[in-house]
Amino acid sequence: MAQAANADFKTRLQTWLPKLVLSPSLAMVLIFVYGFIAFSVYLSFTDSRLLPSFGWIGWENYSKLWRLSHWETSITNMGIFALLYIGICTVLGLSLAIFLDQKIRAEGFIRTVYLYPMALSFIVTGTAWKWFLDPGIGLENVMQSWGWTSFEFDWIKNRDFAIYTVVLAAVWQTSGFVMAMFLAGLRGIDNEILKAAQMDGASNWNLYRRIIIPQLRPAFLSAFVILSHLAIKTFDLVIALTGGGPGRATELPATFMYSYTFSRNQMGIGAASATIMLMTIAAIMIPYLYAELREKK
Amino acid sequence: MAHATQDTAIRTGRAVRMLIYLVLILFALFYMLPLYVMLVNSVKPLEEITGGGMMNLPQLWTLEPWAKAWSSAQIGVEPTGLSPYFWNSIKMVVPAVAISTILGALNGYVLTKWRFRGDTILFGLMLFACFIPFQIVLIPMARMLGLMGLAGTTWGLVLVHVVYGIGFTTLYFRNYYAVFPTELVRAAQIDGAGFFQIFWRILLPSSGPIAVVSIIWQFTNIWNDFLFGASFAGADSQPMTVALNNLVQASHGVKEYNVHFAGAILAALPTLLVYIVAGRYFVRGLMAGSVKG
Repeated sequence: MAQAANADFKTRLQTWLPKLVLSPSLAMVLIFVYGFIAFSVYLSFTDSRLLPSFGWIGWENYSKLWRLSHWETSITNMGIFALLYIGICTVLGLSLAIFLDQKIRAEGFIRTVYLYPMALSFIVTGTAWKWFLDPGIGLENVMQSWGWTSFEFDWIKNRDFAIYTVVLAAVWQTSGFVMAMFLAGLRGIDNEILKAAQMDGASNWNLYRRIIIPQLRPAFLSAFVILSHLAIKTFDLVIALTGGGPGRATELPATFMYSYTFSRNQMGIGAASATIMLMTIAAIMIPYLYAELREKK
Repeated sequence: MAHATQDTAIRTGRAVRMLIYLVLILFALFYMLPLYVMLVNSVKPLEEITGGGMMNLPQLWTLEPWAKAWSSAQIGVEPTGLSPYFWNSIKMVVPAVAISTILGALNGYVLTKWRFRGDTILFGLMLFACFIPFQIVLIPMARMLGLMGLAGTTWGLVLVHVVYGIGFTTLYFRNYYAVFPTELVRAAQIDGAGFFQIFWRILLPSSGPIAVVSIIWQFTNIWNDFLFGASFAGADSQPMTVALNNLVQASHGVKEYNVHFAGAILAALPTLLVYIVAGRYFVRGLMAGSVKG
């Protein structure tokens, strides 16, 4: 009798064990991700300032937020940054991948060189570019000391151009990774089709435009999704490279949220800006993940 | 699959090939540039940098900036150098990588070999968590760490990195185990092997390649994190990235660029070494997981 009960308990344990093993991770994700998202979204409708407070004020934080010139600057910068960053990384990554796919000598070495920036922290990248672009000691100074005395390059100190230095450093960091994604895509294309097209006398240009590049659709999609979510999350690079300056010239939503929440004690507005960032990423990621997971079923 | 013979090489003239090589070399120089600048300026005296010699090799070679960055540079208020922060990062990274990888392996095992209704939705929820802008969790997380008594501690940071890392580790192991023959698992079950026995004896021994991927990924991400470190670390748990930023942004005194560059390399060294030593295993492991069964 006791033995049967014991066996019964064992089989029941075996059926529950998988779910039991999964549950700590699941609980963490539900609380620390989805619970916290709910909490932050809720805060964005309250009068929280230095500390969370629960006085409901409706959409006031959002309407305040959109009237702030500081936020407007962040959003404009985000637009410029995202467009150039995604565009340049994609074009550069694809071009380098196509070039590297032409039976190049020392391909492995070149690939390693193109990819290593991805292993670095944005703080390291920011520090290196910050001083290299600094007109006092960097490129401008070097050119002048080499005899080109009229050479000027002060973008990083110039309100109108500083955002482009952020683009430069970010492209430097990620374009090699995008190259690798396209290279993997190129290697997956069936060579027979290409040979047939070449036999039919297709020019190199047409071969790429009509046959190869259209087959890279999945790589384009993954590159876009990864780059756009990285763009929206860009934070450390700006902190290290320009600190958001000169003035507010390189503020992005992520740095805006941080300073409003933690140094200006406007937690409600900070939470509202974080909510907008989340919604933007969700609009890109959810359809993508949904399609990916359905396919793999 | 990625053999050299798979290149989609086109027929080109000599001139075009020369041009391709030229472009590839120019970009190689572009990617090497910041590393060159950091290395070469970390071993020269400050006057040589400020005198317009940033691109030159040192006239006077010195390891002084490295020594200073490591053990005596002013970080915040203390002249401790970066070394204590380096160890803070190690103390945070090692447990966080280990725990998130183990949990990822177990989750991947359950989600592929013990499937149940709704498992794909649960996995989707975990996966989306990888991509959220972390600004959305900063405020409640700060409060939660306070409530748990972990505010400002290394263990608090470990918890944060585990929570926001398991999505990726689960993804890697799930994709890898998905192509692992389920018949082997069923056969072992019929022989009376239990849940953990199957995991331990059958799946784990062949999980090497994907464990490498998970460890490299987590190590790189957690070592390089700045946002969580800057938001949640206390004075004696600040990671390397936060300390480096404090060193470089310090507004007082003379800007010692050579020390900054040495510090930047010190902060980059662990992940760079991992990339150079184990990078190819990373790609190989990812490929192994992506082959559809």
